Amino acid sequence: MRLALVADSEAYPRFVGERDAPRTAGETLALRSLNKMTKAENILEQAKSFRSEIGGDLHDKLTEAVYTDASAIAARAVSNENQTNNFHLDQTLDRILTSRLYGFPLMILMLTVVLWLTIAGANVPSAMLGEFLQGTVFNALHSLANALSAPWWLSGFLIDGVYLATAWVISVMLPPMAIFFPLFTLLEDLGYLPRVAFNLDRLFKRAGAHGKQSLSMMMGYGCNAAGVVSTRIIDSPRERLIAIITNNFSICNGRFPTMILVGTIFIGATAPPALASFIAASSVAAVAILGIVFTLLVSAFLSKTLLKGEASSFTLELPPYRPPQIWQTLYRSIIDRTLIVLKRAVWMAAPAGAVIWLISNIFIGGESVASHLIAFLNPFGLLIGLNGVILLAYVVAIPANEIVVPTILMLTLNLAKSTLAQNGVMSGLEDDVQIREILTGIGGWTLLTGINLMLFSLLHNPCSTTIWTIWKETKSLKWTAVSTLLPVILGILVCFTTATFVRLFGLI
Amino acid sequence: MSVALANDCGGCATGCNTAQLTRLGIKSDGFDYIIALAGNPNTGKSTIFNKLTGLHQHVGNWAGKTVARAEGAFNLNNKKFKIVDLPGTYSLLSTSVDEEIARDFVLFGKPDVTIVVADATRLERNLNLVLQILEITDRVVVAVNLMDEAKRNDLTVDERALSRDLGVPVIPMTARRGEGVNELLNAVEKVAGGGYAARPHRIKYSDEKIENAVQTLAKQLNETFENLPNARWVALRLLEGDESIIRAVREQTLGNLKQSRGFPQLVQLEV
Amino acid sequence: MTLNLLPTGRSATITKIHSKNAERRRMFDLGILPGTRIENVMPSPLGDPIAYRVRSSVVALRTEQAELIEIEETLELK
Repeated sequence: MRLALVADSEAYPRFVGERDAPRTAGETLALRSLNKMTKAENILEQAKSFRSEIGGDLHDKLTEAVYTDASAIAARAVSNENQTNNFHLDQTLDRILTSRLYGFPLMILMLTVVLWLTIAGANVPSAMLGEFLQGTVFNALHSLANALSAPWWLSGFLIDGVYLATAWVISVMLPPMAIFFPLFTLLEDLGYLPRVAFNLDRLFKRAGAHGKQSLSMMMGYGCNAAGVVSTRIIDSPRERLIAIITNNFSICNGRFPTMILVGTIFIGATAPPALASFIAASSVAAVAILGIVFTLLVSAFLSKTLLKGEASSFTLELPPYRPPQIWQTLYRSIIDRTLIVLKRAVWMAAPAGAVIWLISNIFIGGESVASHLIAFLNPFGLLIGLNGVILLAYVVAIPANEIVVPTILMLTLNLAKSTLAQNGVMSGLEDDVQIREILTGIGGWTLLTGINLMLFSLLHNPCSTTIWTIWKETKSLKWTAVSTLLPVILGILVCFTTATFVRLFGLI
Repeated sequence: MSVALANDCGGCATGCNTAQLTRLGIKSDGFDYIIALAGNPNTGKSTIFNKLTGLHQHVGNWAGKTVARAEGAFNLNNKKFKIVDLPGTYSLLSTSVDEEIARDFVLFGKPDVTIVVADATRLERNLNLVLQILEITDRVVVAVNLMDEAKRNDLTVDERALSRDLGVPVIPMTARRGEGVNELLNAVEKVAGGGYAARPHRIKYSDEKIENAVQTLAKQLNETFENLPNARWVALRLLEGDESIIRAVREQTLGNLKQSRGFPQLVQLEV
Repeated sequence: MTLNLLPTGRSATITKIHSKNAERRRMFDLGILPGTRIENVMPSPLGDPIAYRVRSSVVALRTEQAELIEIEETLELK
């Protein structure tokens, strides 16, 4: 009874004071809390009356007082001996990097050079890793399985499934990431990212988006989940949602290797060898820039429809350029970024490899489950200039974009298993030429398939980690669904349009 | 003084687990001192944090990189220090989330020492934050970082004059080269152990009306809220009409943080 | 005149700030307050925002915000 009263008294404080009986500890506590509450209200009342007495510009006065002291103290402590023009180098760099004439071309050039270094540099190590992991180790594992006379399904599941997918992810992802991340981090440490935000701000403002969205967009190039978290720097909920929904248009590191591979074997290969990697890099850069265009268009669309509103005010500091710490950058980007991302990819690849092997080896009515699924998806896939294998790969790869390419290759090869795999072709997929032959020969790919895969890689649902992060950040089923479905619908529309256009004019 | 932090992570819902804490170099046994690391964005705060803790938090060169706090720990002369890297802020008086996090920790987290990192090349603007923090606490060490940048731009900083004016230790640093780290640690230890008599610079408000109002309100605040770290500061915010402080007084959440000495959430932005 | 009209490379002294609430506080945080000297360092490639130097740091403001800051051009003695 007493307990109930105390509980009540907290909700309806007036009950307490009316009693004359001696108070229990609980009641005293409740009374004190009541007391405190009225006291607090009194203080607030008093503050209010003081406020009207003093005038509303107290904050201004206080800040001015602080700055007056700060100026005086700084003037006493800092001296400029030679009376030189400070920050000369910074100014010169800024005048070039943000100039009307060179600002945008330099941004595009820098993106292309970073990608070109990545592609050109990753070529050889990727091939070597492939030869080792998919060749030497793969064969050794099979010999070992034979020696142990392991049952076919066990060695198949473990070696052709789990191991092969993992090996693929490592050889496709590790070299480009180990080059791309340090380069990106160097630019970041140098202070270039705020300049990009400065250059692009006008466009973001026109799109009704927050200026800081370009910063969260750039974080997305590392990882979309991190990009989504970084939108916390945007205070307005409307603009933050726009930034979250459009973050997926930043190609994350899980998607870059797919683009790089497809760009190399389908687009780079059409150019003379000397220019191949540059053309490949340009094609990837073009898709990345297209991603920025989509970011702006979708932001503008959202701020005129679902998330109506004006761009809120925005201030951006352009920090001085800092000489990057090369070794630390290398260490950080290789240990912290590359290996962490690779670990995640491997974790995702192993179960995906198992799934791929299972759906390829479980037969229903004479055909594998994978064949059924691919046959079912194929008509729609072809309609939008892709194919059933790609669509199935994107379903299998929902947990991680990193495994799209391995999945596509394994599914393609498994489809043709009867003729090829037995001859050891599957283990011989070490370089780009072989991959291209497999995809065009067995998979029936054309240049259109390659281009559309790059487009679809840009425009499709976020990976499951990102979807989960969006849910955690928004706590809204509706916006999580919009963020997930909007890019896929766009991707299907864009791929369909490209395919139709190409077919109509017989371009490819 | 010794504060037991049996389970700092007690209030965590999700996202904060032991694995993460271990990765951040945080051991959950008792700490002797708690250090807050504050400063403007882009002053090399995270570099200093990494130097002190041996961690490798990524340091990006743009404002807003650290959205929430990161925590780490280090030992010095058999004393355990916990260090909390606050979001980089220009001020403690605006309304954004990161500023509220930083302000609440400096005020209610009652750190034993607050290190304020200032950029030697932009001292005037950085002193704004230093002076604001000195209004809250006198247990401050000012780290004037990026001395190499200052030199590159022909600027010299007289740290003794600065220390005299501010009334707290001032340590010149080039953190990325490790210069000044030992001096900083010595100063932090001295301030933490009560071995430094600070005479913090306080802003004088010439207006008598303001001073009277502050005194009246501060007295009442002290009567109502026990152990309020700095009633004058709270009184000034009430006079300014600071919404978040008014809310905290009304809901009596003012000073609630001091028991936990920290926030449950631990988020780091890493790519 | 207002800050957005200050030509590139020229300095002025801030006389009045018309921004309100959070934006006003943000300006103050950045050291932009009456009496402060401010210089137009450079426009962005599309003309808006513009980067200003104030108290040794460079801060970009959009036109909408610069319009709310009144200035008086100061003579440069070079």
